[in-house]
Amino acid sequence: MIYDVAVIGAGVVGALTARELSRYDLKVALIEKRNDVAMGTTKANSAIVHAGFDAVNGTLKAKLNVRGTALMPQVCSELHVPFKGIGSLVVAFSDEELKTLDVLYERGVKNGVEGLEIISAEKLKELEPNVNPDAKGALLAPSAGIVCPYELTIAAAENAAANGTEFFRNFAVTSIDYDGEAFTVSDGKDRIKASYIVNAAGVNCDEIAALIGDDSLKVIARKGEYMLCDKTVGGLVNHVIFQCPNPMGKGVLVTPTVDGNLLLGPTAKDIEDKENIDTTADSLAYVLEKARKTAPSITTREVITSFAGLRAHLESDDFIIGRSEKNDKFINAAGIESPGLSAAPAIAEMIAGIIASDAGKEPSEGFDPVRPEPVRFRHMTNEERAKLIAENPSYGRIVCRCETITEGEILDAIKSPVGARDVDGVKRRTRAGMGRCQGGFCGSKVVELLAKELGVEINEITKFGGDSKILYDRTK
Amino acid sequence: MLSYDIVIVGGGPAGMAAALKARECGIDSILIIERAESLGGILEQCIHTGFGLQYFGEELSGPEYADRFIKQVNEQGIEFKLDTMALEITDDNVVYAVNKQDGLLEIKAKAVILAMGCRERPRGALNIAGTRASGILSAGTAQKYVNIDGYMPGKKVVILGSGDIGLIMARRMTLEGAKVECVCEVMPYSSGLTRNIVQCLDDFGIPLYLSCTVIDIHGKDRVTGVTIANVDENRRPIPGTERYIECDTLLLSVGLIPENELTRAVGIELDPVTSGAIVDEMRETSKEGVFACGNVLHVHDLVDFVTLESQTAGEGAAAYVQGKKTKGDRIATKGVGAVRYIVPQKINLNANDDVKLFFRVGSAFKNATVKVKYNGEEIISRKRPRLAPGEMENVIIKKDMLSSFSKDGVIEISVEV
Repeated sequence: MIYDVAVIGAGVVGALTARELSRYDLKVALIEKRNDVAMGTTKANSAIVHAGFDAVNGTLKAKLNVRGTALMPQVCSELHVPFKGIGSLVVAFSDEELKTLDVLYERGVKNGVEGLEIISAEKLKELEPNVNPDAKGALLAPSAGIVCPYELTIAAAENAAANGTEFFRNFAVTSIDYDGEAFTVSDGKDRIKASYIVNAAGVNCDEIAALIGDDSLKVIARKGEYMLCDKTVGGLVNHVIFQCPNPMGKGVLVTPTVDGNLLLGPTAKDIEDKENIDTTADSLAYVLEKARKTAPSITTREVITSFAGLRAHLESDDFIIGRSEKNDKFINAAGIESPGLSAAPAIAEMIAGIIASDAGKEPSEGFDPVRPEPVRFRHMTNEERAKLIAENPSYGRIVCRCETITEGEILDAIKSPVGARDVDGVKRRTRAGMGRCQGGFCGSKVVELLAKELGVEINEITKFGGDSKILYDRTK
Repeated sequence: MLSYDIVIVGGGPAGMAAALKARECGIDSILIIERAESLGGILEQCIHTGFGLQYFGEELSGPEYADRFIKQVNEQGIEFKLDTMALEITDDNVVYAVNKQDGLLEIKAKAVILAMGCRERPRGALNIAGTRASGILSAGTAQKYVNIDGYMPGKKVVILGSGDIGLIMARRMTLEGAKVECVCEVMPYSSGLTRNIVQCLDDFGIPLYLSCTVIDIHGKDRVTGVTIANVDENRRPIPGTERYIECDTLLLSVGLIPENELTRAVGIELDPVTSGAIVDEMRETSKEGVFACGNVLHVHDLVDFVTLESQTAGEGAAAYVQGKKTKGDRIATKGVGAVRYIVPQKINLNANDDVKLFFRVGSAFKNATVKVKYNGEEIISRKRPRLAPGEMENVIIKKDMLSSFSKDGVIEISVEV
């Protein structure tokens, strides 16, 4: 069997690209080296849909950011992923930074961002009473928003699967051969043949390109560390709040998340090891210090977890999207750092467009863009809950107390088209274990449910695949 | 809609003791709601002994201690619903709960007793840097895996925090063949019971490093080691004291937090120090007819004291239902200096009985004097050979004394050396 397209990397770009490709009469394989989708850059970033005033005019970043942000509300609505268009603010603390706001404003207007407005300190105080009173003004961008990146990716992968895409997990591509007609992708054990390849391998996209002799990419892994705060402080700010950007990025932001927590971060530090997502004490202290400059009342008391992610930075400082110079059926989606999440729907659209026109494919009539809405017990009314439990009693057992997640939702997550295979997979799909106790109570129940559904012993269940087993041998 | 005189949220030691006492006081219509599949709460996984010395005068295991109450609950025919989670308590004391059999339950209560217990502080709250690999878990979660599920969560273990569950698990993991490298405690003293330090660490040669903490966790998929370091008096790591310890598991025993989600949602006033409700001597909260007891009110050292406190709450709730609960002026209590908190925080001046005030100190003392003052004037003075943060203390205020106080006054407890 030869697939029309093999998409390497099931992050937000890979999953949305697979979904876009599945609009056409194309057989698609989505290949992921880890045990789940959304395991790289996608699972640890700022979760922001940027308005699009940061990127330099004329870059792909600028163009695809604005287009992606415009597409995002509809994509989220089709996939039943929460999107909140809360808008963003860049806050200036000095006269010099006020000038930066003007630069950003001009750039945004040129990029085609709508609704930008420079607001006074008084107006800022009105919009954001908890922001540092030393702020001198801000750039308001109403088109910015927030979305959960892994939820979007899971939903896109599920929808792609429902439209015929096949998902291969734990498939770490180690070789790609081309025989003039098709590629053979292998992990050293199994092989997948495909006419086109999309390289959406995130921080590893340079290594994947190198497998066909394309050495044009050089990824610099840029680590960003974050802290996540309890929902009790989720309402501290109403917008995504940036400080003025610096050469390494957009600085430390303070933002609500779609789930109602407060997110602080990131740092930006170039590192050698592309698998190093450890947090460091210095960086976490830095995040806190900078976040406090934005909102002085933030303390460590509310922090429920911290994490780090890597951005795939290219020296050219722009996305590279398109055919490889070495093989025009090998499409790179490289250098996907901020605003990669915002741009992802547009990147997917662009790549699917290239392949569909190249292969002479028309959109297929059978494509269903809608991913059914998952059960979210915590958001239901009591009447809806009563009805749901009457239909399926497994929604009557609460497994995760902090987030009010039912056994039924966890079973759904395991059984879904691109289902959870590990504890973190259940967590990302349902939020079980994401609350205040961080899985202290429900973790062992999730392990039991996974073991039962997957038909394995509980000591075979992992936290996130690989060697991340939770339990060893039986007790004496 | 179901209707009961008293609905008790939680069927652990607190909920059961409160139910039994309320029954003894003449209340027939009682319902216990329990989220687990059996009564007994966290005691069910505490298979070590040490329970019951105060209350029964004998040493029992956790399940044995719980069993004595479960038997009585059954004998008394007190109703309970297992595998049932309370979702919400409304302003007019309707409790919403769910389970598989009944679906959504709507239960009207004349009085509600909150007995939801507590949970462990997670790693995130400590902001320890490093990996998020597998092998980092709270001591109580490890206890569940070992004692209930029968699986070992690790072989080479470092324990951070010397809370009682951590100490108990140091011994338990050792007995099951794991190597416990050390217990690190960031404070200069342990927050656990002395007897646990002796019986769980000293007897097994497990070192306890005081003023020491974990500053980094290593490993990609599974934990491979931790870096520990000594800390100064501000709990900041001292450069140059870092040591790497190879291990596959980091157990956390760094404090317990009362589980007050329901309490908070109904708008009951909480004490920022205990993280539990502010209550009077019968454990009535700021919301009339809602009582709280056990670890959801404040974290106890011994389950025996949970039982005693919960009996008080059961008696209070019964009196409330029967229209007999004391109403009137209340005086505030206040911990001063080393006394971190006092429960109850308010006392009715016309209380029916003498009132026992429970408190904890924030640091360790030897040969200290506990002083109780009313408006600055000493009314009680008690010598104590030792006071430790891990152990709950109490003093009794006589009923007669209370009746001479004014509601605008304050009862303060302090420690003098």
